[in-house]
Parts: sequence; C-alpha cells; structure tokens
Amino acid sequence: MNLLEFLIPTAEVCRRAGPQDRIVYSSRVRLARNLPSTPFPGHGKKADRMRAYETLLPVVKELPEMADSMAESMDHLTPLEKQVLVERHLISRDHAARGAGSGFVLNREESFCVMINEEDHLRMQALRPGLQLRQAWLAIDALDTVLQERIGFAFSAERGYLTACPTNLGTGIRVSAMLHLPGLVLSEQIGQILKAVNDIGLAVRGLYGEGTEALGNIFQVSNQMTLGESETEIVERINKVLLQVIEHEENARVGLLEKKAKVVFNHVGRAYGILSHSHTISSKETMNLLSLLRLGVDIGMLPAASRSMVDELLLITQPAHLQTLFTRREKLGADERDILRADVLRERLKGLDRPDHMALGGAGPALSGADI
Amino acid sequence: MVCQLCKQKEATVHLTQIVDETMKKLDLCEACAKQKGVNDPAGFSFAELLLGAAESPEATTEAVDELRCKRCGHTQADFKKAGRLGCSDCYTVFADALEGLLKGMHRGTRHRGKIPAAMRRQVEQEAILERLNGELSAAIVREDFEQAARLRDEIKVAKATV
Repeated sequence: MNLLEFLIPTAEVCRRAGPQDRIVYSSRVRLARNLPSTPFPGHGKKADRMRAYETLLPVVKELPEMADSMAESMDHLTPLEKQVLVERHLISRDHAARGAGSGFVLNREESFCVMINEEDHLRMQALRPGLQLRQAWLAIDALDTVLQERIGFAFSAERGYLTACPTNLGTGIRVSAMLHLPGLVLSEQIGQILKAVNDIGLAVRGLYGEGTEALGNIFQVSNQMTLGESETEIVERINKVLLQVIEHEENARVGLLEKKAKVVFNHVGRAYGILSHSHTISSKETMNLLSLLRLGVDIGMLPAASRSMVDELLLITQPAHLQTLFTRREKLGADERDILRADVLRERLKGLDRPDHMALGGAGPALSGADI
Repeated sequence: MVCQLCKQKEATVHLTQIVDETMKKLDLCEACAKQKGVNDPAGFSFAELLLGAAESPEATTEAVDELRCKRCGHTQADFKKAGRLGCSDCYTVFADALEGLLKGMHRGTRHRGKIPAAMRRQVEQEAILERLNGELSAAIVREDFEQAARLRDEIKVAKATV
C-alpha cells in the first residue's frame, strides 16, 4: 500500500479539533513493552530481531483497533516517506533510522501507531488532538490489555514491565503533549515556566522530541519517571501541570495585549508580510513566523477559521512534506527547498486577508509610547 | 585536581549530590562534563555517571564488570557503557547495579502500576512470600525457633502454590 495515499490529507489532519487546541496541538500516551527472555532490538542479532518482528506483527495487525490499518517494514520505505511519518509525529526519529526487522502499524484514523522493534520490541502509542491525555491513556491501556493476553510481556512483580532502558522501567509509560506557547515566549516568562515544569520532574523538549530545538514556540512536555507510581497518577499530574501552563499562557497573552499591544501587532503583521512575500525562506524562519500568525488567529487579528490553514502550512512546509507534495523529484537541495517553500507560502496566503488589529474587541488599545 | 574520568585534564566542573544518604562528589574536566551531558538538566546523567565512573574504585572490580547475562551475553560493562539492558533477564543478573541507579532515576524502585491479569495472582503470592521471609528472619534473630518453624512450613506451602 502506498503510504502517502493511506495518510489522512494534510488539510483534514489540521482540521481535527480537540479540547484546549488553541494551545495544545496534540496529546500522546506511549507504552513500552517487550517479549520475555528475548534480546531487546538494540542488542540482539538480526535473526533475533526478525523473529520478534514476525511474532509481533500479525498479533498487532489482528487487534480490533487495527482492523483498517497500514503495516510496513522500515526497509520498504524511502527516506522521504520515513521523514513524512516523523513530521506527522507518528514514529520517532530513531525509528525512522531503522531498516529490516523494524516496522510500524498505523490505523486509518491515525489514533494508534505501534512501532515494532524500536528501542523496545513494542512501542505503542495512542494519539489525540488537543488535550486528551486521559482518553489517550484509556485507549492504549485497552489495547495493551488485549496484546498482553495474546503475547505475554516481560514483567516482574518488583520492577514492572521490563524495558531496554531503565529510564522506561515499570509502567513503560510516556505521557506527552505538544504545546504552542508564543505568549510566554514573547513576554519572556517561558524560562521561568519551563524551569518550574522541569523541577517537578517533567521533561520539556522541542518539536521532534529528545535533543531538538523548540522551533515555532512549540514545546513538548512529558514525564521522565516511570517507576514507583501508577499510570493514572502520572497522567493526572501532567494533566494538572498542563492546565496551569495553559492558564499562564492565556494570562501572558492578555497581559501582552494590555501592555504591549503594538509589539504583538507588529510581530503578527511582519510575520504575515514576510510569509506572503518572500521568495526563499528556511524551514526554521517559516516555523517561527507561522507561530506568530497562529497567535494572530488566536487573538482575533485573523479569522478563527484560518487556524487550521496556518497549522496545515506548518506541516506542508516541513522538508519531507514539501518534497512529496509539491515536486516529483526525489531529492531537493536545501536552497531549492527554501525557494519551493516560499512559492507554496505565497500561493496559499493569497487566500488569507491581511491581519487586522482593529478586528480585536473595542477600538483597540490607544497608541502611546509606553506601548512599545 | 585531575578529572576523574579521563584522568588527564584539569577538573573544572564539580558536582555534589546526595545518593543513598551519602554525599557523592565528582570532579570532571570541561570536555568530559560536556560529553556526559552534565549540563543537560533533562538527563539522568549524574546517576549514570555515578554508576559508571564515580562509584568507589574498590566497588567496581573486574569481577563485577565480567558479570554476564547467560540469556543474551550482555555484560555489566556493556550495561554501563550503553546504559541499556540486553534482555529482560538482565534485570535479574544486574539487579545490584540497578538498585542504586533506579533510586536516582525514578520516584520509587518498586512498580506500582498496571499488572497483567495473568500475573496478578503470582504477584500477590510473591508479596506474601516476601512478607513471610521477612518475618522468618526476624524470628530467627530473636531466637523464637517455634515461630520460625511455623513460618518455614507456611513458606513451603506458599512456594508450592506459586
């Protein structure tokens, strides 16, 4: 089956709504599971890995949740296709680097994606738009229970589910949410918030997980500890912290509009200007400017209906999406990509009216030196 | 002061942390500190460092490094180097080295989450066994041999049903 035909079209993916999706892009709960007394994927020989893959693949495919799904071995995908999956946050960057003996099973709704032979034999994820950590946990819990009956995972009464890395030991759970926090960044409160989040044992990372930059004011918050407390305790704690971060972000936006409205208008207006008029633009600059455009939508300078369009632009201007959607050539150089990206942005933004600060409630804040 | 890791360069990064209620100190040169990610607050590098290098030299004798998992061939040295286990059996083989590592890494060292349905009975049995063994040791210490004999019989029965 062709991957690009199977995947939900970008416009549709970005129209999916969820609770708190002004600030929370998506929620994910992942469980790590392993076969007992079988070398972990990173340690075993290729034959071990192949055997584990052959054992797991049919069982995962037979799950009722996976009735309509796509399963593929990593060596059957082109580098570009793998990168598309990474850009959609369906598989990890580590997994994309793997070949024969590793694979994935993805359901049609893209609400479940199971990686086989990543760092662990199974990394199963439930994905939901907006803030839906509890729902994602319940969904993956049910899937795990069925798989457990059919496979029997490595488990010890004392240590829980046994994983390749001791950092995942116990519950094997990683609960994470992707947040858009331009208000906290612009008001320079982000460092303080991230430090507080870190201090309570949660990790904050960039858009593509471990060791990546927080481009486009997007931050991924997740638990680090997996042993010594239950899954529900972990989910509830993160949920509570996220609700507080959301509140801080909302307050920061209100504060910015009260005290520094001109700065915000200027950022949004310039972002629109550059994105709709450039002829070559890097991925990094695009992401940072699209973040400001999204803020413009949230505060009412741009129509609310255009948020999904801005989100779609964020997705389709990523390198692999750009190349698969807009050119038949397999490999573009970075310079060629930057030109193509600018072309796509100019074309798409023709349909979006200029940001209008007068559209905000009232006549807009009065102009004074103190605003700037 | 010389770096404890490379033992060549001057140590400029000094770390102190309480591990198992004892104070552990670590002196590293800048290159080693960077390589081990000491500046990265998101990592658990300190715990790994302690296990890998800062543990008192007497404790990490060659014999311990040669500890090997019969199932997958992973050695303790492999574990220290990669920070990963080779298979699920490794958790039993390297249990001693793991205990300290897990303390610094997680909220606790005992699983408190989901238990597979098929394991629930066994987990309960193991908990009972653990309790009985504890009581048995206590009985022996206070030389209550009558009680010890009773406990020994109870343990025998419990073991048979696991």
